[in-house]
Amino acid sequence: MSSIDLARPADRPETRAIVAGVAIDLVEAGRGRPCLLLHDIDGIHPSSPFFTGLAGRFRLFAPWHPGFGHSETVRQFHDVRDLAIFYQAFLKERDLDGVTVIGTGFGGWIAAEVAAMSTDRLGALVLIGAVGLKVSGRDERDIADMHATPFAAYEALEYVDPANKPNRYDRMSDWEMWGLARSRETAAHLGWKPYMHNPSLNHWLGRVDIPTLAIWGERDGVTSPAYGEAYAGTIPGASFVTVPDAAHHPHVEQPARTLDLIDRFLAGVSGRERAAE
Amino acid sequence: MEAYYFSEQPYPGAWESDIESLRVTLPNRHCDPRVAADLINARLDEWELCDRVGINIMINEHHSSATCLSPSNTITLAMLARRTTNVRLLGLGFPLANRPDPVRLAEEIAYIDCVTRGRLDIGFSKAAPYEISPANSNPARFMDRFWDTHDLVLKALTVQDGPFNWESEFHHFRQVNVWPRPYQQPRPPVWIPAGSIASAREVGQRGHTLAMFLSGLNARKLKDAYREGARAAGRPEPGPEKFAYMGIVAVGETREEGRSRADRIMGYLRTTSIVSDCFMNPPGYMPPAGNVMWMKRNQTRGRAGDHFPVTKRDGTILKVGSGRDWTGEIPMDDLIDANIVFAGSADDVYGQITEFSDRIGGIGTVLMMGHGGDLSHEDAMASIRLFGEQVLPRLKTYAAPDTAEAV
Repeated sequence: MSSIDLARPADRPETRAIVAGVAIDLVEAGRGRPCLLLHDIDGIHPSSPFFTGLAGRFRLFAPWHPGFGHSETVRQFHDVRDLAIFYQAFLKERDLDGVTVIGTGFGGWIAAEVAAMSTDRLGALVLIGAVGLKVSGRDERDIADMHATPFAAYEALEYVDPANKPNRYDRMSDWEMWGLARSRETAAHLGWKPYMHNPSLNHWLGRVDIPTLAIWGERDGVTSPAYGEAYAGTIPGASFVTVPDAAHHPHVEQPARTLDLIDRFLAGVSGRERAAE
Repeated sequence: MEAYYFSEQPYPGAWESDIESLRVTLPNRHCDPRVAADLINARLDEWELCDRVGINIMINEHHSSATCLSPSNTITLAMLARRTTNVRLLGLGFPLANRPDPVRLAEEIAYIDCVTRGRLDIGFSKAAPYEISPANSNPARFMDRFWDTHDLVLKALTVQDGPFNWESEFHHFRQVNVWPRPYQQPRPPVWIPAGSIASAREVGQRGHTLAMFLSGLNARKLKDAYREGARAAGRPEPGPEKFAYMGIVAVGETREEGRSRADRIMGYLRTTSIVSDCFMNPPGYMPPAGNVMWMKRNQTRGRAGDHFPVTKRDGTILKVGSGRDWTGEIPMDDLIDANIVFAGSADDVYGQITEFSDRIGGIGTVLMMGHGGDLSHEDAMASIRLFGEQVLPRLKTYAAPDTAEAV
């Protein structure tokens, strides 16, 4: 395997950071109000319109989760709640307050767990195509089985146009592919059984007490809009919106619309804050 | 040399039902239980004949598949334990990383070993990637779980002053105390199949018997890796008895009859890889390096990591086991040249097996896939009789070279 080059490409903006004793890759960008972006299994794409859009609005923190990309694996972490504890430690170590937490897909699950654990340092929560919740019966599936759907068919569930997929093997560096393999294994480790959900999350989401927006692609084939609506319904006061011409990754397929929804949601939040003062 | 007879117990009647996947997702409406009953009982009859003619028996298991009707090593072994009296029984193998209940497995092994009064050999398999979904076992850290399970099963089989405690990353048991304990002391012999250098080295480190399946002349490299592992662990230099090789074996009254039987068995190779891409590489089954190589090649199926392609002696690569890409055009001469198939008259088969053994520096056991595809029960029985009467007696007196040097 000597033909694999594991050097980090020069155009990657990640820096190494120690958080809660764990060495992770972190992208920091922008200025202003703090925002924590929790990525999906497909990783962080710093040059994507969604990412640069967030960096233009916030002081953005985008960490690679432990065990994902090139971040250190903590052997003993065994469920997504361990990652939630990790991110609570991150917020405390950085002394961040009023943080907008945005999570996409698997990262949306982490974001929901973070908020369920404590909202003390959070200002708002945005879930995009999140997994993590079980809403239907025992012989029904809420979340498409990525490990049992032929690749081409699964891509058609994820994207209105699979050409929008950010991870194209023919354009990725070895470093990125190596990281993707680690991300997939860690996601399996944490989300295999129960499949991509935590049975007790349903209970704990009822105590989330910050403004929450759930954004779903109108044509999401992985987690349906009905699932997204049910997800939002477990969080008191949460809003649910759909994005046309987008499937499971609306921030990838419709970044401008998704950013606009976030802008309007947060404007409403600060409007309510002003009214309360 | 010893011999073990093997069949996957296929259900060829469903092989035309789905061109995408004969495993995991092929609905079981394609299985007629009356046909299955005939097939299963025919295979059991063949194994009982093996007992009468002195050929040891190997069985296996797969799940949710039209390629193998045996869902449990243990069940098949338990039936054969009482229906055979002479030969050794090898389960190859128990899919350790897919077993959530290693202590129960140790109990079953010890029980069967007692019933057979010590005729049991136990094989531990990594299991193919498409076995993960039917078991719903987590593919992450897969081999770590395999070896943890291996350690627990062997400890459960050998500890006599228990109970003992096991609190690992993968298994939690508090009073492990297996009754009955195995008849063979300290435990039945352990076999592990390997098709890559890294795996063969690990088997050598532990001193188990290395089983090589259809690897052709690459068996030599696997043996070398095994020896390296054994040396690194300070084990004695392994003799031929530590090496077993599986090929397709068919004997006829004539060369043509034997080769024609082998061609029916080849149905195994024509179908074994017909599996949806999504089941071929669950995350964690392969380490990151292997995954990067897959991504670079945009590969969605096939062997991974440092597996070798099967080649003829002149180096030509044979597309063996390529599933949908199977051309069906590999000439029997090439398959025999590559030591994937040993077929023909009794003289032919004896000559091919011993020549192969000599060439790779000695094997102690041939694992014969004597049934597969749509080979008829009558042909399988005839081939078993010919092998038992005309090949095996000579193999038993054949002395494999006990050397690491290849011819």
